[in-house]
Amino acid sequence: MAEDKVTPLYDKHVELGAKMVPFAGYIMPIQYSGIIAEHMAVREKAGIFDVSHMGEVIIEGKDALKNINYLLTNDYTDLRDNRIRYSLLCYEHGGAVDDLLVYRYNENKYMLVLNASNCEKDIAFMKQHLFGEVTLTDISDITGEVALQGPNSVAIMEKILGNSDSLPKRYYSFLDNVILDGSSCLISRTGYTGEDGFEIYCSSDDVVKIFSLLLEVGKDFGLLPAGLGARDTLRLEASMPLYGHELSENITPFEASLGFAVKLNKEDFLGKASLTAGSEPAKTRVGLKITGRGIAREGCIVKYGDEEIGYITSGTHLPYLDGAYAMAIIDKSSASIGTKLVIDVRNRPVEAEVVPLPFYKR
Amino acid sequence: MEYPKYLSYSSTHEWVEDLGDNKARIGISDFAQHSMGDIVFVNLPEVGDELLSGESFGDVESVKAVSELYSPFSGKVSAINEQLLDSPELINEKPYESWMLEMEDISDSEELLDADAYEALCDSEEH
Repeated sequence: MAEDKVTPLYDKHVELGAKMVPFAGYIMPIQYSGIIAEHMAVREKAGIFDVSHMGEVIIEGKDALKNINYLLTNDYTDLRDNRIRYSLLCYEHGGAVDDLLVYRYNENKYMLVLNASNCEKDIAFMKQHLFGEVTLTDISDITGEVALQGPNSVAIMEKILGNSDSLPKRYYSFLDNVILDGSSCLISRTGYTGEDGFEIYCSSDDVVKIFSLLLEVGKDFGLLPAGLGARDTLRLEASMPLYGHELSENITPFEASLGFAVKLNKEDFLGKASLTAGSEPAKTRVGLKITGRGIAREGCIVKYGDEEIGYITSGTHLPYLDGAYAMAIIDKSSASIGTKLVIDVRNRPVEAEVVPLPFYKR
Repeated sequence: MEYPKYLSYSSTHEWVEDLGDNKARIGISDFAQHSMGDIVFVNLPEVGDELLSGESFGDVESVKAVSELYSPFSGKVSAINEQLLDSPELINEKPYESWMLEMEDISDSEELLDADAYEALCDSEEH
């Protein structure tokens, strides 16, 4: 394995007292003040995350749209400029290579935002399938990214910018070349927490300055720096999938209940044949509330009576809902809301009930 | 990080208070609660359960992960701190007041460390 990388914010995290851990090839902050405090700050006020480890690539050229539409499962023909759309990237066999966001600058230029842990694999895979007049450029190492999340995010950005004209108004839209403290940024109204907020992309040379400015201005708005621990509990509470958990090479988008991002009616795309030919999948992703005493974690076996019907993909105590919850991939026949199931938690049976997703919605 | 002198410690981060009369009280150390982070669930044995030295007697779940608890003695559980079942966060707030269980008829003790030796062990684990 190559040596772990750091983001430009490494020293800042250490200065803020973060506990640093290896994650996806980077040394990243898992927590500063504590996962619960950081989680609650994002739900009720605001939090700021260093997400500079994420991968970014630019796909550009006369045939960019055709390539995007061939590589990805979602349909991009009707995506407008300055809008963003989620997709899966799938193998020919239908399993997922990654999930990602596509930012459309214009018909001939797109940015794809990739999971850090999959970035190299994704790029190699996509490059094998490019055709026509198109280039794919990895800008991950020269791009810094911070996520400002929570109900006070708008107020914090307005205070910094002096107005709201240069803020994207709609969820899943973005504005480019916004000047933030003298630096040119791309600001999108996106996030991975279930709250309103922004993701700010800038040069990796400017990210420390921008993070520090947000931290300083955010103080009066209850903003806390938040780490990967809270990022995981927040996305789980909002029931968003995480590659390697709800999605993988061996899990199709349909089993992960992400069929909304697969458009089988469009022209040919990677994985289409398998995804079309596959019969209705026998498994599906569900939400579980743990009603017994205990915490179900990834890998725990889920049973209906004595019969094994699936496994936990993510689970912990969720701070805002103040209870133990989990997502699982289980047989469809036992997946209806209200079904009582049993989870094997280190050889101890713990009761759970199927509940609707998402667990939390603002 | 606190390491009260009146307690002994196991290398698996439990603290032990000698209550005399072959009885002892057991909890987890400040170092242990700090490295686990926010504690949200604790699973304890029942009064009357017989424990073996070095054996797991329960677990503590934080938001991040689960950690097993190990008995420093063989003996019988004479009391559990039921308050922790409803308020496991007390372990983070007051690790040395948040005892988990009391044991009686104890024997076959694991090797226990005094406060200074335990602090040295924690220092070495941090790096």
